[in-house]
Amino acid sequence: MTAQKSLVISLYFALAFAIFPLFTVAQEQEQEHKSLQEAGEEFNATEMIMHHIGDAHEWHFFGGGENSVTLPLPVILYTEGGLVTFMSSEFHHDTEGQHVVEKDGMRFVNLHEDIYRLDAGAEAVEFDAEHHPVNASKPWDLSITKNVAAMFLTVILMLLFFTSLARHHKKNEHAPKGFNNVLETLVLFVRDEIALPQIGEKKYMKFMPFLLSVFFFIWITNLMGLLPGAANVTGNIAVTVSLGLFTMLIMIFNGNKDFYKHTFWMPGIPTWVKPILAIVEGLGLLIKPAALMIRLFANITAGHIIILSLIGLIFILENAGIAGVSVPFALFITVLELLVAFLQAFIFTILSALFIGMAVEEHEHH
Amino acid sequence: MDLITPEIGLFFWQTIVFLVLLFLMAKFAWKPILSSVRNREQSINDALASAENARKEMQNLKSDNEQLMKEARAERDAILKEARELKEKVIADASEEAKVKADKIVADAKRSIELEKQSAMAELKNHVAELSVEIAEKIVRKELSGKNEQHQMIEKMIGDAKLN
Repeated sequence: MTAQKSLVISLYFALAFAIFPLFTVAQEQEQEHKSLQEAGEEFNATEMIMHHIGDAHEWHFFGGGENSVTLPLPVILYTEGGLVTFMSSEFHHDTEGQHVVEKDGMRFVNLHEDIYRLDAGAEAVEFDAEHHPVNASKPWDLSITKNVAAMFLTVILMLLFFTSLARHHKKNEHAPKGFNNVLETLVLFVRDEIALPQIGEKKYMKFMPFLLSVFFFIWITNLMGLLPGAANVTGNIAVTVSLGLFTMLIMIFNGNKDFYKHTFWMPGIPTWVKPILAIVEGLGLLIKPAALMIRLFANITAGHIIILSLIGLIFILENAGIAGVSVPFALFITVLELLVAFLQAFIFTILSALFIGMAVEEHEHH
Repeated sequence: MDLITPEIGLFFWQTIVFLVLLFLMAKFAWKPILSSVRNREQSINDALASAENARKEMQNLKSDNEQLMKEARAERDAILKEARELKEKVIADASEEAKVKADKIVADAKRSIELEKQSAMAELKNHVAELSVEIAEKIVRKELSGKNEQHQMIEKMIGDAKLN
């Protein structure tokens, strides 16, 4: 009876996620169409795609230009003159460096989602031949961007979901029902299929919080990234660099003597090979997490680019009939992305567990 | 190149957010969930083990019961057998005794009959003798009127007496 109920819930979720892309497609079609008419300029697919997969200082829902409906987010800048904060709405949806915001005696513009501070005395941005601003510099930008806001949302969701499960566990001895049961099954999946086989019975508990957090963070963020108007968080290299660094630091700080001996002075091989292997293995310490970082970033970004390209095809060929082909294809890719969302979270977590497992493994002495 | 150039701001926030997430989740979710799941698994294992024990105990009890039943049945059989033997013995003894008694009674009866007969015979003899004497007296008185007749009489009588 419970298993059946969980299945129904899972199916419901699958269905919900399968339907959402339809909205995405419809919405984006409309959006592009409008901006096309309004702008009256040639459709630039690369610009559209980069805009959609990139980060932004405001959360854009629909509409174009001055009529955009967006959620303004705080801009936090660290300049020589100290910390400057204002809401992104002060740019009036401008990303071309036209609208100058004056704050604390400093002037700022938003140029393709990079905030520039105009040099003292400058009234407007001036560009060189390659369209680089010549009279402005970038301050440290610590803004709560769209990606950061989406990240917060994931954190809030995770806290809601899992503290609810934890509350159930504090009160009851028996297994939970419904959605909590799904969550518990996933937690046990991470424990039994990822942590236990890779790290081993003795040491896995120490790394469970990291593995569980990283697995659910990536998975939920991936899924939310597939929603219409959502942020492409895990497809941003800054995010995956941070996650990869976590794995690397855990690996390096938990590596035991045996691990470092096998890395920098491999026993059982001729001495002259040892330094060569030390270089290779030493680089491996960096390359392993770097591969994690690139894999997650590339997979998620690629998925988004494919979907956006298929939709963009309609506007490149300027023929609504193409939608008949590209929309089903985009739907197919989106459903595939649902699988990729789980798969990438799984791969990131299992490889992290594998690297950690290698670092803490106790070798039999040969 | 924008795509593969990490932005410091986002990197900073991701690191902070993930650290906070890790801390909060570890404290408020993962630890309670994992420990409770482990406790539950432990209790399930314990329950299974105790069920197995109970099953074994039941089996033991059952075999004990069977043993007891068997013993009881054997005892019952033994008692029955003994009773039957006793019964037969009692019957046999009784009939033996009865026979002895009957024989004794018969023998006593025979003896008393014999005695009665003997005494009857003796009486009869006495009677006959008396009768004979009376008869003889009468005859003698009548016969012994002549001498010849007396002799004849005596001889005849002696002869009869010898035959007797």
